[in-house]
Amino acid sequence: MGAKHLGARVKRLEDPALLCGRGRFVDDVKLPGMLHACFARSPHAHAKLVSIDAEAALDLPGVHAVVTASGLPGTMRRTPMPMLLPNPSITAARTQTVLAHDEVCYVGQPVAVVVADTRYIAEDAAAALNVQYDLLNAAGDCRDAIKDGATRAHRDLPSNIASTFRLAYGDTDAAFAGATYIFDEEIWQHRGGGMAIETRAVLASHDPVTDGVTVWSATQTPHLGRRMLADLLGREIETIRMIAPDVGGGFGPKAIFYPEEAAIPAVALKLGRPVKWIEDRREHFLCATQERDQYWSVAIAVDRDGKILGLRGRLLHDTGAFVPWGVIMPYIAAVTVPGPYVIPAYHLDTSVVLTNKVPTTPVRGAGRPQAVFVMERLMDRVARELGLDRAEVRRRNFIQPEQMPYQVGLIFRDGKPLIYDSGDYPKGQAAALDAAGYDSFRDKQRAALEQGRFIGIGLANYVEGTGLGPFEGVTVRVLPSGKVAVASGATNQGQGTRTTLSQIVAEQVGCRISDIVMTLGDTGAIAQGVGAFASRQAVNAGCSALLAGEAVRTRLIALAAHALGVSESDIELEDGQAIATTGNRPSIPFGELARLAQGMPGVSLPAGQAAGLEHTAYYTPPQAAYCSGTHVAEVEVDIMTGGVKVQKYTVAHDSGRVINPIIVEGQVQGGVAHGIGNALLEWMQYDKNAQPLTTSFADYLMPMATDVPTCAIAHIETPNPLNPLGVKGAGEGGTIPAPAAIIAAIEDALSRFDVHFAETPLTPERIVAALRAAGAYEKLLVA
Amino acid sequence: MRKQAARITVNGKSYARVVEPRMTLADFLRHELNFTGTHLGCEHGVCGACTVLVDGRTARSCLMFAVQANGSEVVTVEGLSSDGQLSALQQAFIDNHGLQCGFCTPGMLMTLTELLREKSDPSEQDVREALSGNLCRCTGYAGIVAAALDAARRLRGGAATGAGIDGS
Amino acid sequence: MKPAPFDYHAPKQLKEAADLLASLPNAKILAGGQSLVPMMNFRYVIVDNLIDIAGVADLRGIAVSDGRLRIGAMMRQRELETSSEIARYCPLLTAALRHVGHRQTRNRGTIGGSLAHADPAAELPAICAAYDAVIHVASARGIRQVPFKEFSTGYMATALQSDEMIAAIDLPIWRDDHGFGFHEFARRQGDFALAGAAALLDIGSGGIVRRAAVALFGVTAMPVRLEAAERRLLDQPIDAAAIRSAATAAWLLDPHSDIHASAEYRRHLAQVLSMRALTDAAQRGGVDVAHVV
Repeated sequence: MGAKHLGARVKRLEDPALLCGRGRFVDDVKLPGMLHACFARSPHAHAKLVSIDAEAALDLPGVHAVVTASGLPGTMRRTPMPMLLPNPSITAARTQTVLAHDEVCYVGQPVAVVVADTRYIAEDAAAALNVQYDLLNAAGDCRDAIKDGATRAHRDLPSNIASTFRLAYGDTDAAFAGATYIFDEEIWQHRGGGMAIETRAVLASHDPVTDGVTVWSATQTPHLGRRMLADLLGREIETIRMIAPDVGGGFGPKAIFYPEEAAIPAVALKLGRPVKWIEDRREHFLCATQERDQYWSVAIAVDRDGKILGLRGRLLHDTGAFVPWGVIMPYIAAVTVPGPYVIPAYHLDTSVVLTNKVPTTPVRGAGRPQAVFVMERLMDRVARELGLDRAEVRRRNFIQPEQMPYQVGLIFRDGKPLIYDSGDYPKGQAAALDAAGYDSFRDKQRAALEQGRFIGIGLANYVEGTGLGPFEGVTVRVLPSGKVAVASGATNQGQGTRTTLSQIVAEQVGCRISDIVMTLGDTGAIAQGVGAFASRQAVNAGCSALLAGEAVRTRLIALAAHALGVSESDIELEDGQAIATTGNRPSIPFGELARLAQGMPGVSLPAGQAAGLEHTAYYTPPQAAYCSGTHVAEVEVDIMTGGVKVQKYTVAHDSGRVINPIIVEGQVQGGVAHGIGNALLEWMQYDKNAQPLTTSFADYLMPMATDVPTCAIAHIETPNPLNPLGVKGAGEGGTIPAPAAIIAAIEDALSRFDVHFAETPLTPERIVAALRAAGAYEKLLVA
Repeated sequence: MRKQAARITVNGKSYARVVEPRMTLADFLRHELNFTGTHLGCEHGVCGACTVLVDGRTARSCLMFAVQANGSEVVTVEGLSSDGQLSALQQAFIDNHGLQCGFCTPGMLMTLTELLREKSDPSEQDVREALSGNLCRCTGYAGIVAAALDAARRLRGGAATGAGIDGS
Repeated sequence: MKPAPFDYHAPKQLKEAADLLASLPNAKILAGGQSLVPMMNFRYVIVDNLIDIAGVADLRGIAVSDGRLRIGAMMRQRELETSSEIARYCPLLTAALRHVGHRQTRNRGTIGGSLAHADPAAELPAICAAYDAVIHVASARGIRQVPFKEFSTGYMATALQSDEMIAAIDLPIWRDDHGFGFHEFARRQGDFALAGAAALLDIGSGGIVRRAAVALFGVTAMPVRLEAAERRLLDQPIDAAAIRSAATAAWLLDPHSDIHASAEYRRHLAQVLSMRALTDAAQRGGVDVAHVV
């Protein structure tokens, strides 16, 4: 069938309300009698919490309560929060308690919650608390923390190792022994935070009549949050409703369940009044999870044509003070390294190390940017050493399209063997290079050099597992009004979930997009859900929408055929009407069919007819869906200051079938901006005592409109053979290879100086230091 | 400390309130007057989500106290459209995918409203520089820049250029 | 991040403002608020009495007389940026203003506020250093004139006593055909500079430098005149070699290190940006000198 809505550039349904300031973010929700909360947090990276004296705080007018760990319900007082992703390799499965009661392990860890008439007063009260700590030594650097006898991040643990695991296949010893060339690299990366413009937020309210607890949270995962909260409150899950309303960006950190999401409901229950907590930006810098430092020590073995024989190495991952999501992030990094290349033998040892910093959980890319950076730096190294073009080296090593599905040899984080389902990597690279003018760049570079300008080009490839399970359900229900109600556990933090799911449902059901009424991110609207992360919603919720829509379509046709007295094959559905294609084309509107589907009280339904016009589908993907792409970055470097400007950026990406090109392009562009940030600007810095040094937007540098060019984006669609829509995920691909492409471009711009970089973020100061060491300034600056 | 009276015109209507001096203009708009379209992203004057117009000029409402705006005219995002009709700039945002989560969007609109009032034919560089005081984490700015240039074109009497279609 | 409580005062006269500042406990002047209010929101600064001087008419205005440009302390940076008088008489200031923060902060931020705040990486104090500005300091005791060199006393420190405020700034005007140059290096548009240089050159016939001023900011705890560079340029023809030689005076500086830049990098930038600023100043002053860095 020719698609009307699928693949169409439908304008976003979310936009009009947001543009008029009528969004409904958590802080926009106001309840009668609502109080405001503020958390008291540890100023120390590692300390014993000795005492909290709230007398002065409670004396302030307008203060209602100061709650410490001992004031929380028994189920959450001393019980560490559940860890969602256990793994046998984890030897220290540490998670935090909701409020610290003994040891604090990172700056910002919450120790008390203050509730007052206004946030202003709550902060006054928090400042009036007298909290006593006994300081402990802090583990501030994972490279030190891994050593024997190192300062412990947790007093009672025998070491700082949270997990070690090995991923290997093939015979790397033989590969290296027989190699013509072996190159090794030490690579350091730091990713930083998600830094959505909306911070975290929680509003909780208890209804004494129904005994229901309703929580609004700026979360990516309300169903997961509800489960966690039920356990922590010791309540039946059905008494809790969690709602993710409009959420101002997620990017990963809002996917996990935080102590505040348990503390605020607990306090609301205790006080019998709604309580709202809006995180401020300073708290966000301290406590919202981030991705931490990774130190890689890797070597690649190639033959004399630059074909890879093997790759081996070691990854040291700083996981912060706790492991709320286990070790999936370093795991993802470790399995992503091979990427689109044939790597006959692979061996990576990973150590996940605890330090006294805020915990690490996925931020857009989730460990993949680091892995791609490692692989692509190695490829560039091979090219340079062998005197080959960087694109050519990659071509020689690509997995070819006829090799799909391709078994890499590892197990992916979805629990299944890492098998790339589809993709045409050579085509993607060729498309990107062509669009970027790669072949004519050398002329451009030479001409610039004559003007004293240093420009460079770099490329990077990636393969990304997306669409992770277990499921995301969609309910489609035709209402008596003729509108089509859709509910899903999928959530929306800007990725246009409402629009894309509407397109799919409208396509299947034959209604107008404007007739769809959708509820997202509300545990009250659909029984089971997971939420947004790992670029999973288009696959999971999209396919559920397809299946649910198909089922409702079938019923509409059956009902209409019966009502109009024609055969089912003579029924068309369009714009909310079922139309017979024969005779004088009688039609019946969906609303009336919905009424018919209810039957009549006391009367049996006709044989074969099911009740109602609705269906809930929970599509479960068999494995991850593998996207791929190539990025080409063009930069200009001011060799005197080290300043870098990204002048041009080209993307060829394959995220399978595209439901709405506008939205996918937006995701790619936004992802690239984040990648530029990671490459050049964003760095959460700590001192050696694990004290955070960059705790405001003045110190932590986000990319601005003047830093991010508009990308040229080429779509390549190799449909996913494993799901009925053929889709893959598109949310993170923009970020994943960007640092690699940009650092490569900087090296290329400075090639005459023969300087090399294996770190991100790469600062102007580092560039200048490298150029100075290479003698670049000798003639220019000395009198 | 001592509450003070402030009379502020917001979106053309005058409001008299008695407030604590430390209440920021942003909080006054959001909580006293229920204009929740203005958002807080950092409260230290960098992200620009709180941008409003004060006496015709953009200002970070997180860095002003409501009492400072006594006697002033403030325009927020809610004041950009009238009777449900979107402004040319707002429509251009829809047509050019100028927003994703929408949290930074009101600030973007206020900044661009000031720019387009002063420059009827801004260059892309003009637009990007004007926007440098507004952070966006979702869009990578391309759609916002395209929307600004498209709106400028429309306001000059030219044709719209957005590449989207209306769902139906 | 809500500020601690305070009482608010909005005087209409300078004398009233000065009296309030002298008599109220823990009082601070609120000018544009773009530097003070973030610190209050973070509670790095606790103020008991906030004196908003936006309504004091005496603190506004731009006037040219007696070879100097007088600017009222409450002039908003945006007003200065668009002032044709400043563009005519003190174009270095106009050039610098484009780099000060962002449009939204310039709409409210003031020249007086920037000088009183004295951030080492701020542009406006450096411009005052380059011009040898005179600061008019007001208090209940009257008004005193402080040359900028004495006004700037250290890291975020000025000669202002706790009961004093800035009333106006005098910028001595350079000859009509003087050259100026301004270069800063910041990580992003509008950021505080990691280093910056502002240069003024008065060049006579034969390209001989009659007068030179080079002020650096972001490099040391307060803006600094590179006097060794100025001396080297004086009474000599200006060319690329002279500029390179003069800029080596940056090696004498003792910059600070922080998470944004090390001392060594700041020193390097100081040298590079001095060369760029001086080259622009020479070009604008009528001598065709090529940029070498």
